[in-house]
Amino acid sequence: MKIVVLMKQVPNTTEMLIDKETGTLIRTGVDSIMNPDDTSALEAALKIKQSNGAEVIVITMGPPQAANMLRECYGRGVDHAILISDPAFAGADTWATSNTLAAAIKRVQPDLIFAGRQAIDGDTAQVGPQVAERLNIPQITYVSKIVEVTSDSIVVKKHYEDFDETLKVSFPCLLTTLEQLDHLRFMNVTSAWQAFDKPIETVNNQVLMLDAKDIGLKGSPTQVRKTFTRPVSSEVKLIHGGSDEAVKAILSTLAPYIQ
Amino acid sequence: MNEKHLLLKKLYQQFTAEIVRPIAGYIDEEEVFPVETVKEMVNAQMMGIPYPVKYGGSGADTLAYVLAVEELSKACATTGVILSAHTSLGAHPIYAYGTEEQKQKYLVPLNKGEKLGAFALTEPNAGTDAAGQKTTAILKDGYYEITGSKIFITNAGYADIYIIFAMTDITKGTKGITAFILEKDMPGFTIGKKEKKLGIRGSSTCELMFDRVKVPVENRLGAEGKGFGIAMTTLDGGRIGIAAQALGIAQGALDEVVAYTKSRKQFNRSISQFQNTQFKLADMATQIEAARCLVYKAANAKDTQKNFSTEAAMAKLFASETAMNVTTMAVQLYGGYGYTREYPVERMMRDAKITEIYEGTSEVQRMVISASVLR
Repeated sequence: MKIVVLMKQVPNTTEMLIDKETGTLIRTGVDSIMNPDDTSALEAALKIKQSNGAEVIVITMGPPQAANMLRECYGRGVDHAILISDPAFAGADTWATSNTLAAAIKRVQPDLIFAGRQAIDGDTAQVGPQVAERLNIPQITYVSKIVEVTSDSIVVKKHYEDFDETLKVSFPCLLTTLEQLDHLRFMNVTSAWQAFDKPIETVNNQVLMLDAKDIGLKGSPTQVRKTFTRPVSSEVKLIHGGSDEAVKAILSTLAPYIQ
Repeated sequence: MNEKHLLLKKLYQQFTAEIVRPIAGYIDEEEVFPVETVKEMVNAQMMGIPYPVKYGGSGADTLAYVLAVEELSKACATTGVILSAHTSLGAHPIYAYGTEEQKQKYLVPLNKGEKLGAFALTEPNAGTDAAGQKTTAILKDGYYEITGSKIFITNAGYADIYIIFAMTDITKGTKGITAFILEKDMPGFTIGKKEKKLGIRGSSTCELMFDRVKVPVENRLGAEGKGFGIAMTTLDGGRIGIAAQALGIAQGALDEVVAYTKSRKQFNRSISQFQNTQFKLADMATQIEAARCLVYKAANAKDTQKNFSTEAAMAKLFASETAMNVTTMAVQLYGGYGYTREYPVERMMRDAKITEIYEGTSEVQRMVISASVLR
């Protein structure tokens, strides 16, 4: 079995700087971490490798420093790591990103693809589903539990706010995982020590040969005009009187918002 | 330090933050050996860091191992010494002096963490004067019959494999000492009373008793009469582990006190704004950095030099005295709160003291260093 895990290195802070020209995040100089939802995706893949036997391939798209995260993946027993990196891919929205990822995944031909539900920098939860659509394979999002894995299918729990669904899906398929699915193991000393002896396969657009209009900032239909934190302004209205007046005032204030 | 060491350091830091730090106060307070932590260390393959992959180790170097002891000890010196005693004292003699059969039988399970190791040289009347061994090993029909006792043995009771030293010829002094590999289940081998200690209270420190323990000849480590040399070179390596433990304790205390002095307010400002605090912190940080240079240098010397006794002794002497100085200053900067068991610095101060004593006291280190200087 071949499992691909899509992972993203994200900035480890909420105090991000934003490029005023492009409206996108400035990543240089900011401490980076594995995206939290992706950690459970990786652990799920490594558990299946242990129980069923599988080759685990991590794919990330990002700047060259994302290789650091891939070394950490090797330190946890991943078999192969691919870094999709090219200045031509920079500034991609989810549309251009999923297009690029799907092209790289096609070269690998996996049975199973894991992705974190969403990344903490963009919070879109769109990349996983879009990749599945572009590969024309079934997808299950919000996976909170792996129930059973066979050689050609997987049974998982999909988590909604107030209920779960148990679903079976045949390979090839794509699953997006919630952070709560599993806790990522530590690196182990032996694998971490060898992590720098393993190659990181770098894939650029000379390899993928995608049309310039479908990748990077120019291939992104989402153009971020401005990113900002909306200041919370609140009007204060003082109501004088006893509890009856207060209750009336509250109800009449809320009334327009209640159907 | 290279990129490999930095990646391992990240592993150790994550491990310490999640597994070690949360229970450091508890295992000290209750004097509990952290069995679960050891299991987690096994999972993270931390039990054979500097030994070859073909013997179940990780194939890394001494610095990679030293960094593990340092990071663990920043939060918990007990956990640091469990790893140090296992790796430097339990596994090393077998790696350096064992036969291929002994390596397969004992070193592989030690490195994989299936077995925990310990080392027993000290006796009630043979501390620094190791030649005063009273434990004897008498050769009889393919067995050595070992009788005697050992004290202050780290990991005792939890270890499965013990390197012990006994007199095969009582008339020859240090040249009559021989090393043996004992298994915990050998008949006649019992674990005696557990010591109640000032610090590293979660670690197990016990007496070992041997009542005519039959040890097969194939469990003799090295030749007869070579035990003293094995013990001394093993302790040279062990001292680097203890130096790393001391360095970790000191850095851990500095990290705590930096955070505390920034947040503690007196006279309408944080006490880190007073020059007395600043100068103390500067001294602590400088001593720690100097200790770190010596410890890492000794680790490198072990991998590249035939003899590294002096480097190891200097590292242990300076790092252990730094740990004592720094933790004492840390308690002082905390003031009354530092003296309470609500805060970790008093534990660190208690833990620091042992690093000036075990695996050769500071006085022994000075003997080793001066012998080299005067040579």
